[in-house]
Amino acid sequence: MPVFYTSIVEEHQAVRTAAGLFDISHMGEIEVQGPGAGKWLNGLLTNDLSKARVGQGQYTFLCNASGGVVDDLYAYRFGANEYLLMVNASRIEADFAWLQSQWSVDPAREQTGLHNRSDETAALAVQGPRVVEFIDECFPEPSDAGAAVKRASELRKNQVARFPSRNGPVWAARTGYTGEDGFELIAPASEAAWLWERVLARGARVGIKPAGLGARDTLRTEMGYPLYGHELNEQTTPIEAGLGFFVAMDKGEFIGRAVLAGQKAQGTKRKLAAFRMTGRSAPPRPGYPIFLPGATEPVGQVASGTQSPSLGVGIGMGFVLPEAARPGTDLEIEARGNRWPAAVVPRPIYRKPVDQTKTA
Amino acid sequence: MSNIPADLKYAKSHEWVRVAGETATVGVTDHAQHELTDVVFVELPAAGRQLKAGDSCAVVESVKTASDIYSPVSGEVTEVNQAVAQNPGLVNTDPYGDGWFFKVRLANPGEVGNLLNPEQYRAQIGE
Repeated sequence: MPVFYTSIVEEHQAVRTAAGLFDISHMGEIEVQGPGAGKWLNGLLTNDLSKARVGQGQYTFLCNASGGVVDDLYAYRFGANEYLLMVNASRIEADFAWLQSQWSVDPAREQTGLHNRSDETAALAVQGPRVVEFIDECFPEPSDAGAAVKRASELRKNQVARFPSRNGPVWAARTGYTGEDGFELIAPASEAAWLWERVLARGARVGIKPAGLGARDTLRTEMGYPLYGHELNEQTTPIEAGLGFFVAMDKGEFIGRAVLAGQKAQGTKRKLAAFRMTGRSAPPRPGYPIFLPGATEPVGQVASGTQSPSLGVGIGMGFVLPEAARPGTDLEIEARGNRWPAAVVPRPIYRKPVDQTKTA
Repeated sequence: MSNIPADLKYAKSHEWVRVAGETATVGVTDHAQHELTDVVFVELPAAGRQLKAGDSCAVVESVKTASDIYSPVSGEVTEVNQAVAQNPGLVNTDPYGDGWFFKVRLANPGEVGNLLNPEQYRAQIGE
């Protein structure tokens, strides 16, 4: 995926107002299947996978014994004993090695099969408020696996279903990484070009645009979504990153649970805070130090930062001392020796204006 | 094809120079603004600063990244463009006009001869 096709801002606005299409084939797909798959996975993932019915997906973490994040991912339940883990491109090898090492010491391992399908699998994300107007034209047949629906537009948030097509089956999940309505499409790599052209053709009348990595980053940053390597790594826990919602303490034992439960009860030494610059400024960038106003010692460091195309100001997220993480706290971000005022804000950083035509 | 005005001189690092008497006006080229896309912030040198040719003296930030701007010539900064600091989009809409960055009183007018002419700059960017 290129950083941009025409311009980050144009592609960003297309996703916020109409539709954008991302080629996310770099992401990894790991298949886990067999009668033991669900139970085994639930001992590795932080969210409660037993709550996912066939045709549902779940945002979750793979943690190490210290509670550090091996990866953040979507776990889809394709069938009763069939799961697909959609993982970060940069983490495919690390994830698969971690899963294999856990599998090899599992006494019930003959009940579970593990396959890395990343090379033979393509994925597209079609995102934006007008996607629902044409998605059904991309898949005219009812689903034949996963959630039972007549049309892709009937899928609810986080549901996933397989749709037949002349060129082979395509899994469509109603999810994304932009804060907009939309779908992630998973297909054999040989069908990627066909699917890309088909979605662009069907979306043409709403003004769909191909969108690149730059817009993907500004869109997710506006929503306060983490990016592995920025907000998450093997030394950072989901609790520190403010993502405890996706850690199910009540589901029984899983790897990392003890540390995460302790952090949930006692708090953490640092917390992820979302912030917004309070005026015109240099855009915040990863690594910039964060201060309380006038202080000489930093309270933290920017993890992700950019200029928000929707808000027209700099925005970002950074790990700071807990006392500096409360929404409303004034901060200063230092860029090349100059400090610029910012304030901690709740996530999401950008909220869509309420559409008066729909509420009236 | 990028707009490369015939009456300007160019640096390999994509700045342009317009010489009038002892004063040189500096900005970034149309090719550069096109590559940067969506300029959102410009940091300019202080008036009075003494620059040597090749000094990193300004920063232009797009949504994606920050890029250094180098002075193509030596001399004292006599004026900076407050309008472009207030409205960085001028770099995209009018790179050779309202999107100029700063003016320098040339310490060594002969340096201008070391810069690229329009044909050389066009060749350098592969057009």
